[in-house]
Amino acid sequence: MVVVLALGSGWTILSRVPLAAAANEERSAPREGFSAPDFTLDLLGGGQVTLSELRGKVVVVNIWASWCPPCRAEMPAIEKVYRAYADLGLVVLGVNTTYQDSESAAQAFVNEYNLTFPIPLDRDGSVSQRYALSGLPTTFFIDRKGIIRSVIVGGPMSEATIQSKIEDLLKDTP
Amino acid sequence: MFPYLRLGPFLLQLPALALLVGVWIGSFLAEKEASRLKLPPAPVNNLIFLGLAAGVIGARLAYAARYLSVYLANPLSLFAINGNTLAAFDGLVIGLAAAALYGWRNKLSLRPTLDALAPGLAAFMLFLGVAHFLSGDAFGEPANLPWSVYLWNEYRHPSQVYEILAALGIFFVTYRRPFNQPSRGVNFLLVVALSSAARIFLEAFRGDSLIWLGGLRAAQVIGLLMLTFALYTMGQWGRSSKSETEEGTS
Repeated sequence: MVVVLALGSGWTILSRVPLAAAANEERSAPREGFSAPDFTLDLLGGGQVTLSELRGKVVVVNIWASWCPPCRAEMPAIEKVYRAYADLGLVVLGVNTTYQDSESAAQAFVNEYNLTFPIPLDRDGSVSQRYALSGLPTTFFIDRKGIIRSVIVGGPMSEATIQSKIEDLLKDTP
Repeated sequence: MFPYLRLGPFLLQLPALALLVGVWIGSFLAEKEASRLKLPPAPVNNLIFLGLAAGVIGARLAYAARYLSVYLANPLSLFAINGNTLAAFDGLVIGLAAAALYGWRNKLSLRPTLDALAPGLAAFMLFLGVAHFLSGDAFGEPANLPWSVYLWNEYRHPSQVYEILAALGIFFVTYRRPFNQPSRGVNFLLVVALSSAARIFLEAFRGDSLIWLGGLRAAQVIGLLMLTFALYTMGQWGRSSKSETEEGTS
C-alpha cells in the first residue's frame, strides 16, 4: 500500500502543470474554456460585425436557420432576454447559416419575430465550420474576455436557461 | 467525436445515449451479481434507480437554487430537457445520499450490496469514457505523437481512448473477482482503488484538468485520497473476513 501511494504521490507531483504552460483560454476553439474563434461577417440589412471587437461585452452567438423548428421556438426568448439585458452590456449575434438558408428567408424570419439584435450572415459556411456546427440551433455564451463559458447544442432554450447562463457573465467587471 | 445525430427534426445526443446504455447495462450486471451473492435483486435495482432519479432531480433543483429569481419567474423551466442546466456535483451528492438512505431504510447490508454494485459500476465507467469520446469532453493535452488525435484545433493525447482502455481493464479485473471474498465489499473497493489509480495516472495526459495551488491537478489529489481510503478499508475488511473464516473453521 505504501509503495502504491508513494508512486501515486510522485506521479502527481511530477505531472504538475508548469506555471508557464499556455492556458486553454489563450487558444481558440469552439468549446468551453477556450477563446471564441474570431470572425467578421456582413450583417443583414448592411454593415459588418467582428467578434473580437466586442471584447468587454458579454456576447451570445446563436447560430440558426429559418427552417429549423427549435430555432423558431427559442428566438422569442432570446429577443426578450436581449431587450432586458442590452443596457448591461449584453450583445446577441444571431448568425444565420445563409449557405443553407437564404437572405430573404432570414429577413422574413427577423420581421416575423421582430428581432432587434444584429443578424450576421454566414454565406460561405466558414463560421459554422470554425465553430464545428453539429446541430441547429447552437448557442455560445462568451464572457467579456472573449472566452466561451457555455455551449448549448439543440434547443429550444428557455428564457430561464439563457438568463442563468448570462447572469454570472454580466456580473464580471469589464 | 460524434456528439449529435440528426433524425429528422430530432437531434439525438449520442453522449447522453451512451450514458443511458451504461446505466442500463450497469443495472443489469448489478442485478445479476446480486442474485449470485444471494441478495434480492429488486432492492438493489431500486437503489440504483432511486439514486439516479434523486441525482438528476437534485442536480436541476440545485442549479435552479443558484438562479432562484430566474426560475421563480419561469418555474416551468425546471422541466426543460437540457443537460446544461444541471449542477453535476450537487446531483452526485444528493443521488448518493438518497441511495444510502434507501439502503438504510430497507436494511440492505452494506458490504454485500456494494459488492453487488461493483461490476455494474465498472461497466458504467466504460460507457462514461465512451460518452467523453463522443462529446470531445475530458480531452487530452496537446501532443505530437503517432497516436495523437486532432481535437479542438490541436493534436492531442487521445485521453478518452486511454480512459476507455483503463475502464475495460478494470471491468475485466472486477469481473474475475481476484480476491474471491464474496459479499465482503472487497470487490467494490477494488473498483474504487483501480479507478482512482487510473485517474491519478491518466489525469497527467488531460488538457482540461482543474488546477489547484502549486500546479497540482485536483483529480489526482482527490484520486490519491480515494486510493488511500480504498486500500486501507480493503485491508481492514479483508482481515475481518479472514478472522471470521478462521473462527468458523476452528
